[in-house]
Amino acid sequence: MVRVYRPYSNWFYLPTALIYGVLFLVPTFASLYFSLTRWSLFESKFIGFDNFKLFFQEPALVKGFTNTLIYAVVTSGSKVVLGLLLAVLLTSQIVARGYLRSVVFFPVLVSTIGIGLTFTVLMNPERGLINGALSVIGIDGPGWLTDPKWALLSVAAVDVWKGVGLATLIYIAGIVSIPREYVEAARVDGAGSWETFRRIVLPLSRPATVTVIILSLIGGLRSFDLIWAMTRGGPGFTSDVIASVIYKQYQAGFYGLSTAGNVVLFVVVTAVVLPLSWFLNRREVEL
Amino acid sequence: MSTAELVNHRPGRKLALSAVAIVASVVVFLVPFAFIVLTAVKDRQQSALLDFSWPHQFRFVQNFIEVVEARDYMLVIAFINSTILTVASVTGMVVLAAMAGFVLQRRKSRWNPFINFLVLAGLIIPPAVVPTIWVLQQFGLFRTMPGLILIEIAYGLSFCILLFRAFVSTIPRELDEAAIIDGAGPLRLFFGVIFPLLRSVVVTVVVVQSVAVFNDFVNPLYFLPGDKNATVQLTLYNFSSQYSTQYNLLFMNILLITIPPLIMFLFFNRQIVAGMTSGAVKG
Repeated sequence: MVRVYRPYSNWFYLPTALIYGVLFLVPTFASLYFSLTRWSLFESKFIGFDNFKLFFQEPALVKGFTNTLIYAVVTSGSKVVLGLLLAVLLTSQIVARGYLRSVVFFPVLVSTIGIGLTFTVLMNPERGLINGALSVIGIDGPGWLTDPKWALLSVAAVDVWKGVGLATLIYIAGIVSIPREYVEAARVDGAGSWETFRRIVLPLSRPATVTVIILSLIGGLRSFDLIWAMTRGGPGFTSDVIASVIYKQYQAGFYGLSTAGNVVLFVVVTAVVLPLSWFLNRREVEL
Repeated sequence: MSTAELVNHRPGRKLALSAVAIVASVVVFLVPFAFIVLTAVKDRQQSALLDFSWPHQFRFVQNFIEVVEARDYMLVIAFINSTILTVASVTGMVVLAAMAGFVLQRRKSRWNPFINFLVLAGLIIPPAVVPTIWVLQQFGLFRTMPGLILIEIAYGLSFCILLFRAFVSTIPRELDEAAIIDGAGPLRLFFGVIFPLLRSVVVTVVVVQSVAVFNDFVNPLYFLPGDKNATVQLTLYNFSSQYSTQYNLLFMNILLITIPPLIMFLFFNRQIVAGMTSGAVKG
């Protein structure tokens, strides 16, 4: 027998597999069981689908579910549109391009809680800078975070403010990888700015669009810290999302219900992201 | 020169557009940061007005000392905790993910699709919080720094493995073969030959993940509660309730914890951009 020498040892997977398996996979599978129980961390009592029934009957929890979808779609959509516009602007021959790129990107790296608290002050209905500026031009700004109609959207706006730099960066990487010949050929054929954008830049930055949509949807659906820093789900529960419901139920000691929230979030993220990425990547091949 | 420059090619319009962009960037992006800095140096009465104004007196040093001393030097302890957490977990991530990414790229087996699936699952699936606490308790790791370090490693591995796998594919296999012929074993091959070649992607991973771990709020909140264990993001949170009327100190705190990411940004802008846009072109 010749002993086969294997330079690429499977042992290299071992530490990763241990940490990832024990701290990520085991809890994920355990959550499927514990979501069906009333649970005190020491003992659990099987109660079937009661937690899930509660989740979809209690108005506060249902609100969290719909808010999660609204929040994810609004932030993701805005990041795609604004990110693309900013990227086109910041790849053009514009003055102070480096400064603009830096200033748009920097909020991505700053503490989410810090930004949340800062904007909570800026959005103060009576004394905040935003309403102060609006009143100068004669607009009576709403109570951004205190009015139930506006609270969720205000947080979403801050999320876009903080996150659009990443979307822009991804689009810039996509746009600069478009071969110049394509644009030159289009110009020779008489295409104007809009035509060039519509026929060349937009379709060829499709991989960037896919990345931005998927990343921002995953981030938006799971989002917790910004909402917690700015409204704690309030006023009432009007800006709660699934992730903040999970934390509230955990704090209240309803571990089974909290875990059910986790399973719901898991299902929502998978049900939204997997078909979408499959669909977006398939169209890409056909083009 | 780049592609989209052709989108606007009239010089007058270009200048106007630049001016609009710069003014807009100042209003939208710089004013909030200026607000943080101005409020951080105001005295208590003026900061409570919450307005965007020039400070009556500059109390940078006093506010700084007050924030640092508050609650028995909690901020100092938090900075130490955050540093330990960031350094340990990022080191762990880099070594483990480089090893896994290397074998995953080099060794083709029928398990590869399954492993790739697990890596992607780690990026997409939101971690189940309470069951994770339950698992940590079984090992006596709940409410401990090592437990939180392992958690950060577990959640960060997927992203790192993807970057390492992509980078390893650019290293020619002939190099491995030469090392093997020279008698290098698997460990020697990896740590002696391959790992040094990964330097540029290691820098990227370190920078991106350090910022992510340093700014992490959710995991310390769940897995390392308690004032003694606070990381910097949590001090901010405690401060905001304690100093609900002391806005100058709150904003001084925000300013202080923004400095480490700012330093990273100034020195490693290129690596951050490389890490965050990987996958953007290939999809």
